[in-house]
Parts: sequence; structure tokens; C-alpha cells
Amino acid sequence: MTSNQIMFILFSVMITVFSILTVTTRRILRAAVYLLFVLVSTAGLYFMLNYQFLAAVQLTLYAGGIVVLIIFSILLTSHISQKFEAAELKKSIFSALAALAGAILCIITILDHNFSATDLAAKEVDMRMIGKSLLSMEYDGYILPFEVISILLIAAMVGAIVVAKKAGPKKSDSQTITQE
Amino acid sequence: MISGIPLQYFLVLATIMFFVGIYGFLTRRNLITILMSVELILNSVNINLLAFNRFLFPHKLEGLFFSLFVITVAAAEAAVAIAIIINIYRRFTTINVEDVHEMRF
Repeated sequence: MTSNQIMFILFSVMITVFSILTVTTRRILRAAVYLLFVLVSTAGLYFMLNYQFLAAVQLTLYAGGIVVLIIFSILLTSHISQKFEAAELKKSIFSALAALAGAILCIITILDHNFSATDLAAKEVDMRMIGKSLLSMEYDGYILPFEVISILLIAAMVGAIVVAKKAGPKKSDSQTITQE
Repeated sequence: MISGIPLQYFLVLATIMFFVGIYGFLTRRNLITILMSVELILNSVNINLLAFNRFLFPHKLEGLFFSLFVITVAAAEAAVAIAIIINIYRRFTTINVEDVHEMRF
């Protein structure tokens, strides 16, 4: 068994166990921490696939950004010591059956299909290349999705601020009170 | 190409992660844990895209860029979802989906 295989088994066991714990644990803060472990091991898989840039993005954006955001909103909305009630038995059995059926169907299809790998030389993925392709209008360029995603990000940022801020009149009332 | 690990292993791993996310999405009642299940689902799709790109089309970069865009969309989605969750908590003082059944001003 090569070291590659050992690392893959380690990462896949971590991903499987922690993702199951994420959706079954009854304490919400623990669920967030298990999600963090899943995302970090996914970054490890990206390193194994030789996509260093994407692994770094995964670590900073997912493990650094989204998990911190989720933990903040957990602290804002619920007590840390609070435990959920366990899900209804009937509901969880049927959900598990649906998920299992889907998983088995997909896995059978994957194992049945014969994937034909190309023997073309692998393209080296370095930062300069990623930046050039993101901004080029050539055949391999991705400027249109790049621009669309930037508009989406601005819209999401403005939307998040507008949705989460307090209602207008209340705020001005409190301001006038403090001014008086 | 990674020696000793076939493409199918990555795909099976991503499938398991995806359907664990589906299970969580169906059983959870707290909005934040539902959001966590959605993140699991998006993450498994990213693994799929990258494995396909590395094993079947190593001379192209489509999978890399699309998983980059998926990560961006996931970040935007998490920001908006958490803003909505905080707003719901302010109005109803709970984020249990079964106690929040009116969405109006």
C-alpha cells in the first residue's frame, strides 16, 4: 500500500465519519466543528489531486470564512448548552431510506460505468495561468462567469446588509433618545 | 494522475457525502443545521468536479474554475442565508423551521 492510498483512506474515513456526525449530533456547536473537520479533509483531498490553489481557497473561504460565519450566527441565535430533541423516528427512518436508495443507485452506476482516461499530458496549474484564464477572452478564458460572479457577490453583500440591519424607524427613535 | 487510486473511489466518496447531506437536509429542523447540510452537498459536488478534471481531462481547466465558482456561490449563499436567519430570529425569537410558518411583513 502506497502512502497515497494511506492518505486517501485517512481523508475519506474522516470525511465520512465527520459528515455523518455533522448531520446527527444533537449539539449545534459540535455540528459546526465537525463541519470544519469535513472541510479541512476535503482541502487535503484537493492537495492530493494536485490543485494547490483550490485547496488554499477551500481552507480560507470555507474553513476560515463560512464556518466562522456559521459559528457566529449560532452564538447569536441559540444557547450553546441547548440540546436538540432527537428527530422523529418515522421521519429519520424514511429520510435514511431515501438517502440510502439514492446513494446505492449512484454507487452502482459509478462502479458499472467504464471511465476512459485520456493520455494527454496534464496541464500544469500555476497561479499565473489561473489569473490569465480568468481574465482572458480566448477559447480557454472565463471572463464572462468571472464578471457574473462578481455581480452576484456584490448583490449578495448588499442584500445581506439590507436584510440583516434593523428596521429604520426603530433605529432613528433610539438615536433621538440618546441625543436628547 | 494519482498512482494507486482509481477515479471511482473519489466519486463514491463524494456520493456518500452528498447523500449524508440530503439526509441532514430532510431530518434537521434548525435553519443553521439545514444550511450546514447544504454546505456538505455543495462540497461533495466540488470533489466530483475536481476528480473528473484531474482524471479524465487533465489538459483542461473547466473543473477547477467551476468548483471555484461553486465555492464563491456557496459563500454568497451562506452570507445571505445567515442574514435571513438573524432577521427571522429577531421577528420570531426562534429559528426552528416548524415554528416559522409565516413569511410576510
